[in-house]
Amino acid sequence: MNTVVVARLVPDLVEELNIDSSGKALDMAWVRLILNEFDDHAIEQAILLKERSGGQVTVMVADVDGADDVLYAAAAKGADQLIKLTGDWEAGSNNHALARVFAAHIRQLQPDLVLTGVQAHNDLDGALGPLLAHYLGMPYVGYVAGVQPSNGKVIVRKEYPGGLIAEMEVALPATLGIQAADQPPRYVAFSRIRQAMKTASLVEQPVAGLDPGGGPTVNRMFQPEVGQRATMLTGTSQEVAAKLIEIFRERGVL
Amino acid sequence: MNRDIFVLVEHLQGRVAEICYVMLAAARVLAQGTGGKVVALLLGHQAQGLAADLAADQVWYIEHPLLADFTSDAYQQVLAELLPSKAPRAVLLGDTSIGAEVAGVLSARLGWPLVSYCRNVRASNGTLEFVCQICGGRIMAEGELPGPSTLVTMIPGGYKPEQGRTAQAPEVIQLEAPDLESLRVVVKQYLEPAAGDVDITKEPVLISVGRGIQQQDNLSLVEELAAAMGSVVSASRPVVDQGWLPSTRLVGKSGKRVKPKIYLALGISGAPEHVEAITDSELIIAVNTDPAAPIFNVAQYGAQIDILELLPVLTEQARQARAG
Repeated sequence: MNTVVVARLVPDLVEELNIDSSGKALDMAWVRLILNEFDDHAIEQAILLKERSGGQVTVMVADVDGADDVLYAAAAKGADQLIKLTGDWEAGSNNHALARVFAAHIRQLQPDLVLTGVQAHNDLDGALGPLLAHYLGMPYVGYVAGVQPSNGKVIVRKEYPGGLIAEMEVALPATLGIQAADQPPRYVAFSRIRQAMKTASLVEQPVAGLDPGGGPTVNRMFQPEVGQRATMLTGTSQEVAAKLIEIFRERGVL
Repeated sequence: MNRDIFVLVEHLQGRVAEICYVMLAAARVLAQGTGGKVVALLLGHQAQGLAADLAADQVWYIEHPLLADFTSDAYQQVLAELLPSKAPRAVLLGDTSIGAEVAGVLSARLGWPLVSYCRNVRASNGTLEFVCQICGGRIMAEGELPGPSTLVTMIPGGYKPEQGRTAQAPEVIQLEAPDLESLRVVVKQYLEPAAGDVDITKEPVLISVGRGIQQQDNLSLVEELAAAMGSVVSASRPVVDQGWLPSTRLVGKSGKRVKPKIYLALGISGAPEHVEAITDSELIIAVNTDPAAPIFNVAQYGAQIDILELLPVLTEQARQARAG
């Protein structure tokens, strides 16, 4: 089973987010990019498939800050091929643009499976997976939490609300949007990542022209106005705990 | 042309999803702006009865045995055939495990723009506008709905589901389904959530934990508080994805909707996928070190403090309160 994983870096929500002077976009100067958590699961799922039934894993990312770290960490986990698409990513792009350029590069690799995270928190023009699937002419299933090869196809577990799961049989090649891997993403020690930086080969492939057609134009970006705001309990942890106990008592649960 | 607003009806195992009624309410706002109709698109097999309470001007019902179960393959084939000739101004779909995957494929296939994570819509002076909620609820983005036809995936929160329900059954028109051949995705079976564990939807108090717990070892601190309170532990997505708690304890879009007397959110930031499942709680209390965490916008009480510091102290006080 040869698998290509498309990974994206997204703003770290732990950091403060600010709007830039245009009022229409995030101020990227202050944003720290991290691997989209669902893409982390997609990488893990690809490695698990390789460990169980062989094949190759290729991880592809756009050349933005932190891209090398993501690729080398994937290599340390077991990815075979690392591809970085270089181009004018600074100007910003959307998933339609990404899907078109990634699909063109993925097609050359003729994979059995293309995995990507089911969503990213900054998708404004839909998730990447279904767009990729269309451009690659593949079927798509998203919200996948588990993939097993089966007679030249894959059986996937698709999650629905309330904990319901549908087992679906998907013909290959296919694109899947991963919600969670069969197992949590493995931890990889920095020494192994450093080792991968020395031994893994990272291929750069240039992309020409990013076409954002298909996404909306944002006229204004802003932080949500807070309608209702929590009454804040302040003080030491002892004092906060005492206030919580009082609330629990008032509500008759303690 | 291009005045009607379509809504894709989401249903699973004979029930219409709540987001569908939210979308019907949003569709009405848009249709009042365009002067068009609200049309609900219902795809299914022996599913016509699901149309009864949809607040739409018309329901177009497309019947086919291969539409008995949702697959993006079948849905997109039907819709790609139907939509271009009907030229709606907008098609609303859920930003869900059903709508989001159909919308993306259709956008690429039809060349129609797609706006996702949409929470509210507006119609003013002949233009239609979207308001989207991104970055885990921290950022709003607004703009005009591109024309002539746009796909929109919607999240809950902007409209009450009751606004999209009606007691008067709408007109239902049955349309012919296209040939659905060579589907590449087939549903083999449904697996119901594991039974045997506690049912978090029935608990009066939930001690719910998120990414702020940092590591698995710290979960024992939460379990101890739950034991002291006589309640149970639930969690947000990252904790369950790490395998630290079973999926039966998951609160959120792909987990359970809960409505306890008290929902204590510990180290949970409050992403929309989580918040939509807790809004029926009687009282939400949030503890988080990040003052900008969106959870504080839905909680009635909050504390900006490290949960690892608070937990042992709160557990001790809860024990004393029970003993006394």
